[in-house]
Amino acid sequence: MTKLTPVMVAVFSEPTDVLNAAEAAHKQGWRHLDIMTPYPIHGMEKALHLKMSWVPWVTLVMGLGGAALGFLFASWTSAVAWPINVGGKPLISWPAFIPVVFECGILIGGIATFIAVWRACHMPTNTPKIYDERFTDDKFGLIVPLREGMKDNDVQAFLKGVGADEVRRVDA
Amino acid sequence: MAVVAPRVKPVEDVLPPSDLISSKIRLRDVTDDVLRPTTRLPNALWWIGIAITGTMLGIGIITVVRLLIKGQGIFGISHPVGWAFDITNFVFWIGIGHAGTLISAILFLLRQYWRTAINRSAEAMTIFAVMTAGIFPLLHTGRQWMAFWLFPYPNERLLWVNFRSPLVWDVFAVSTYLTISLLFWYQGLVPDFATMRDRAKNLLRKKVYGILSLGWRGSARAWNHYEKAYLVFAGLSTPLVLSVHSIVSFDFAVSLLPGWHTTIFPPYFVAGAIFSGFAMVVTLTVVMRKMFHLEHLITIRHMELMNMIIMATGLMVGYAYITELFTAWYSENPYERYVFWNRATGHYAWAFWTMMSCNAIIPQIFWFKKARRSLVVMFIVSIFVNIGMWFERFNIIVTSLHNDFIPANWEIFTPTIWDFGWTIGAFGLFFTLFLIFVRVAPTIAMAEMKGVLPNPTGSGKPSLHEEVTAHD
Repeated sequence: MTKLTPVMVAVFSEPTDVLNAAEAAHKQGWRHLDIMTPYPIHGMEKALHLKMSWVPWVTLVMGLGGAALGFLFASWTSAVAWPINVGGKPLISWPAFIPVVFECGILIGGIATFIAVWRACHMPTNTPKIYDERFTDDKFGLIVPLREGMKDNDVQAFLKGVGADEVRRVDA
Repeated sequence: MAVVAPRVKPVEDVLPPSDLISSKIRLRDVTDDVLRPTTRLPNALWWIGIAITGTMLGIGIITVVRLLIKGQGIFGISHPVGWAFDITNFVFWIGIGHAGTLISAILFLLRQYWRTAINRSAEAMTIFAVMTAGIFPLLHTGRQWMAFWLFPYPNERLLWVNFRSPLVWDVFAVSTYLTISLLFWYQGLVPDFATMRDRAKNLLRKKVYGILSLGWRGSARAWNHYEKAYLVFAGLSTPLVLSVHSIVSFDFAVSLLPGWHTTIFPPYFVAGAIFSGFAMVVTLTVVMRKMFHLEHLITIRHMELMNMIIMATGLMVGYAYITELFTAWYSENPYERYVFWNRATGHYAWAFWTMMSCNAIIPQIFWFKKARRSLVVMFIVSIFVNIGMWFERFNIIVTSLHNDFIPANWEIFTPTIWDFGWTIGAFGLFFTLFLIFVRVAPTIAMAEMKGVLPNPTGSGKPSLHEEVTAHD
């Protein structure tokens, strides 16, 4: 990840420019790029060649798991732990369990999604690396990690060339 | 070496209609205008507001203290009307919450990007409304200190809750609804809290909002997960919100009482919930946008769209009333027929006609564009709708109970001063929480709002927002 490498931070004013810059930087063979933006820009996943988030899989598995758990629990309490025979009606009267099963699925699925999304974002963290405080306001940033063989001046000139307002080096 | 990059063609035809939001507003303006109320001392209107709602809350607290000391006898409930103001208030407040979820989840899935102006405050309203609602059944249990018996937990009596009971369904539905709404709302707030952290001038604000923002930086890699999770939450909340009021309606529909035992209840309750919830959003928004000078972000067009939903759901509710009456007549069931005849002409006829006129007739004024776009008209109508929806629940609960199958059982329900006490207290709690919320958190989802600006940087290039461009 970008954590331990020094990076070049380019500040842009236009969302379209930062996308173009990211595309161009990717074409240069630079990897582990990141964009900082106050709101999600359409197309940034493509520009950065990001894979689809795995978070929905957590929701699916945990949601179905939660529902299954809810059904097992309702059945166990009604048929095993405290069986009451009411006029010979079935002990596991599944249609009557549907509301609780449904709510259990949503509840467990939702809580799992909430945990998963912050895990995926490496959050919560007490010491976030904030490159520029305007990136949550009205500016867009392209973060280029400086790997071996990448010269500061070249990267700087390149980023200026694709429309950056400011470019500066930030050491980890 | 300077390399000239190939340019990605900007998306041209994705600008939202100009009457929703002015093309003069820039990204920075959104941050400034939305955060202004949180950094300045509140104005006089806010202090007057909180003084009134605080007093109302005080009345509620006094009532609850008295209830805990004296017991349920302080209320007008007795045999056969064992549910009255408490359950009326419960259903009313749960219903209020539904508009928030409709706006945040269903309108999101339907790509109605006008929701961005109002979704944050509507979601806050949902949470406060559900919290307010939850108090009523808890206090109504009588021995409130044993309220945890509602949850299935291993105990020395080896007893479990009855999973076949609608009242247990309610416990699961309402607590799930509160939890998921809270998580969904908080997720939406995280990027905005980060903005507040980055703009904070003093150390304490920086620390507090730093913790609340969980260390959000606006990284595209994080947005990638964030947006999927947001979509997932919208997908989970949509069936959830439909289930919650359906399950609340099962509290009635699963019983055998005439006037309650009908299959129309779930859709009828859901439509009514959205109807009353939108009315509450309009009531709050009319005041909030004035109080904090947000008229350019929450425009008349936004209000008009909400009024259209009020009118549409009002028609659905009116249709449900007429269907109920028709079914009562057509069923040839004397008990069912009697209940509806009694509702319209009996002791509580005034409540029935209040409901009918406030819900089915008054909102029809929104057929006129002038009325839809008039702040005074929409404010008055939204209050009427909420009065009407409160009486709808009162009407369903009390009129069905007070004259049931055996005339020897019949009784008139008369509320006591304490019934009014906690009803007023509930409004006090809800509005107080809302007034505190508007001071400490952004009332408009800034990150989303920034994305739908027609001209975010002043250069004429589009904002490239996910929701706007999703159809291309």
